[in-house]
Amino acid sequence: MARALINAPAKAKRGEIIEIKTLISHNMETGFRPDNTGKPVPRDIITDFICKYNGQEIFRAELFPAIAANPFLTFSTIATESGTLSFEWTGDNGFSATESVNITVE
Amino acid sequence: MTRDDDMPQATRRRFLIETAALAGAVGIALPLAVKPASATPASMRAAIRKVVGEAPVNKGKVKIDVPPLIENGNAVPLTVSCESPMTADDHVKAIHVFAEKNPQPNVVSVQLGPRSGRATVSTRIRLADSQKIIAIAQMSDGSFWSNEAEVIVTLAACLEGV
Repeated sequence: MARALINAPAKAKRGEIIEIKTLISHNMETGFRPDNTGKPVPRDIITDFICKYNGQEIFRAELFPAIAANPFLTFSTIATESGTLSFEWTGDNGFSATESVNITVE
Repeated sequence: MTRDDDMPQATRRRFLIETAALAGAVGIALPLAVKPASATPASMRAAIRKVVGEAPVNKGKVKIDVPPLIENGNAVPLTVSCESPMTADDHVKAIHVFAEKNPQPNVVSVQLGPRSGRATVSTRIRLADSQKIIAIAQMSDGSFWSNEAEVIVTLAACLEGV
């Protein structure tokens, strides 16, 4: 299981725009780099990222090999209600990781 | 000087000229041969067409925040923002980023909605060369807006072996 870091406010005012920062450990092998024998190393990247707010999708990203190792994504959302922010990463070779944080909206 | 002496001289001269031309050709061909696979402006345009279809792409509204000079192309901080009220009627649906000289023109595609609040996305990208980055935003009314940024990279990504 890849290590993921989420930075989101634990508390927010209703209607406030909150910033969410996500980071996940993954080497994002591009598939363009040659190994010692000159053959390219097969591609192994995270291809999709989805963020859901209480089960409803609020952000989705499609990643390509041009994303740096340990993909870092920052985006924003409106704090509408208390609940859970869930994050899901999927990628090559059956890679899958999930993470969630709670948010209290006053 | 007899005519017999003339011939070898002409051959020698031609030989020298030809050698020089060959060396020049090799000199030009060699850098091309070792250059890694890279997307061309044409393949970037094709990738953009794949996203926008036949719709016209207007210039403006989008802002790319990227350092103009980068030491290490392996992790380049990139922020793309778009002017939009982000309401249900008028919001940014998606932002696509393309690079001209990376092995693959696509960099990242994100989908936003009125719940995003702000059309701003940050990430870290790889750049294989000094090049132009293009960001295209798709609005909820179906229009496309774009902007571009020139970046100089000192140490390129994805050239080193494992």
